[in-house]
Amino acid sequence: MPKQLTYVRGEMLAPKEPPLREAGVVKWLRENLFSGPLNTILTLLGLLATAWLLLHLVPWLMHSVWNAGSLGECRQIIAATWGEGATGACWAVVRERWPQYIFGFYPQDFALIARLSFADQYAAAGGYEGVFGAAVNGAVREAFIADLRANAGLFDLYVLGYWRPILAFVLMFVAIAPVLFTALPRKMIWFSLLYPALAFWLLWGGTVWLPVVALLGFAVMGAVFTLLKDQLGVPVSAGLGLVAAVLWWLFAQAPVTAGLQSALPFGLASVDSDQFGGFLLSIVIGVTAISASLPMGILLALGRRSDMLLVRTLSVGFIEFIRGVPLITLLFTASLLLQYFLPPGNNFDIILRVIILVTFFAAAYIAEVIRGGLAALPRGQYEAADALGLDYWQAQRLVVMPQALKISIPGIVSSFIGLFKDTTLVAFVGLMDPLKGITAVVRADIDWKGIYWEPYIFAGTLFFIICFGMSRYSMWLERKLKTDHR
Amino acid sequence: MSEQAIDRRKLQVSDEVAIQITNMNKWYGQFHVLRDVNMTVQRGERIVICGPSGSGKSTLIRCINRLEEHQAGQIIVDGTELTSDLKNIDKVRSEVGMVFQHFNLFPHLTILENCTLAPIWVRKVPKKEAEETAMHYLRKVKIPEQAHKYPGMLSGGQQQRVAIARSLCMKPRIMLFDEPTSALDPEMIKEVLDTMIELAEEGMTMLCVTHEMGFAQAVANRVVFMDQGQIVEQNEPGEFFRNPQSERTKLFLSQILGH
Repeated sequence: MPKQLTYVRGEMLAPKEPPLREAGVVKWLRENLFSGPLNTILTLLGLLATAWLLLHLVPWLMHSVWNAGSLGECRQIIAATWGEGATGACWAVVRERWPQYIFGFYPQDFALIARLSFADQYAAAGGYEGVFGAAVNGAVREAFIADLRANAGLFDLYVLGYWRPILAFVLMFVAIAPVLFTALPRKMIWFSLLYPALAFWLLWGGTVWLPVVALLGFAVMGAVFTLLKDQLGVPVSAGLGLVAAVLWWLFAQAPVTAGLQSALPFGLASVDSDQFGGFLLSIVIGVTAISASLPMGILLALGRRSDMLLVRTLSVGFIEFIRGVPLITLLFTASLLLQYFLPPGNNFDIILRVIILVTFFAAAYIAEVIRGGLAALPRGQYEAADALGLDYWQAQRLVVMPQALKISIPGIVSSFIGLFKDTTLVAFVGLMDPLKGITAVVRADIDWKGIYWEPYIFAGTLFFIICFGMSRYSMWLERKLKTDHR
Repeated sequence: MSEQAIDRRKLQVSDEVAIQITNMNKWYGQFHVLRDVNMTVQRGERIVICGPSGSGKSTLIRCINRLEEHQAGQIIVDGTELTSDLKNIDKVRSEVGMVFQHFNLFPHLTILENCTLAPIWVRKVPKKEAEETAMHYLRKVKIPEQAHKYPGMLSGGQQQRVAIARSLCMKPRIMLFDEPTSALDPEMIKEVLDTMIELAEEGMTMLCVTHEMGFAQAVANRVVFMDQGQIVEQNEPGEFFRNPQSERTKLFLSQILGH
């Protein structure tokens, strides 16, 4: 008999639960750790290495000392408590020197502390003119400040004392929030646009009119662009707007600022760039370079794919040159070479110079990351945008970039994390970065000579927290933007 | 394949010229893709273009909205000649809708946003009005309930209907279809063809590259057969299928209708 060939299903099968997998810890262990002789040996070796590490690390951490004036005192305390030969961490150095790691040599606002918390003494000493006035003897001021330091609480010393960088830091979150989280009201973006000028004024001080007049340069650019856009098209009017803004900054900035300052004098005490240091410096350089390098990288990536020969050549040349040179070379260029090319007597701020070159460096890498994202987009997306009548910039902004940037998020964030960690390289041009610059200062102190792990662990931990935060944000963003359901 | 026959008498072809193609030539490098193509499309015409692969039929309709550039000859769409002048190109593109083989919906935007993007940015229509128009066309293609989903969550047939709605939102006077059903499962072809038939019934000028011969017979007023970059034969569909003149056409028809 041949096998029956016709078959008709009487009823459709209902879906069933999958068979319960055998679960349990033992099975997991066997599958993952002891699946064969080699794996078993590797597991045991791994356990031994971990045990050895913990054996040394745990006592060192358990014997931590938080209250001491010097490394010697730390060692005495450890020897006295845990016996001769015991090792222990001396976190007292962090407790004493953390303001330097955070703020570098940024001056504390003692005038504010005195006015708010020591009003009577301050009045008795003659107020601002009597203590901080130009005619006051330096020794008198030093004595007053030493007295303040001894009597002021932590809030006075650190929150009031460093109110300018702290306020700039807090406002930074307000400024970046609408960029990071699209659910927030779009109007907040106006504050984000004003924030750079505000932060500059808070951090460096000086007359308030300098950043205000600099912002007016952007208003000039916007005005020229809007007036000419319809006649000359987007690229030409944007270029002319930029030229107008540069002319404003070169020729109108100084006299207008001086005029406004003499009419309505208002400002904060100036702080020099040499006084910046620690994470304040890293964050100033890192955040500025990150926010400037993304738009620049986008333009370079588009330029590299442009049909216009000049634009393409310039973009390729820029990207290849910057990527081909170590960052330290660029930093030396910033600190030494640029000075030769600028007119004599021109004191172009060192932090600004470093920011510009770090931005260029990051932008070149980001441009290539974004170019990868652009290449991954199917041709049909460009064609659909064209066929609907969107012009080049609309198509880029509304269709191409949202998708290309989404694909590039991991690469872009890697570049950002790399950039932030690279800010420590400014140590080589004499700036006080948190890792080498400040630690060298701390270890040069006679009290803390010979301390090694603790300052680096502290600085490294802060770096890790910031970079890990960026990485988590990027993963969240990727999940949020995942709409393709592939 | 649609069984729905439409009443051709209702479909008036006007004397007004919608597209005029004169002696148009195009090369890809050394390869001569389109050779001396001449074609006049009246307003209200439904033209089906067919031919073997590589015959230049897709390239022809892609030239009409300048997704491809022609190197010699003339293309006049709605009175506007296509030259390298960007203003003319944008004008033609906003008047001519296009539906692609692979839908080309924007995956990062919802269905509704896909449909309102061009009206808002190109036509400068207020957002609310654009959304109302979009919902109108989504109802027309029978998927208003999907408006807030993303393209990736829809079936191929639904995506193609959204693509048609997206083009219609620009209120085009001419629609180009580049193999709109070739990437679809058989079960989904009908829903897309039905949408296209409905569009034809409303008098839309349509150029459609397709191998759906049932559609051609039911809807088209003219079938154009292309081979090796030239128009080999064109006729009204009844005559074209019953009584092909050229040997090349006979061979082609026997191959696609032979089984």
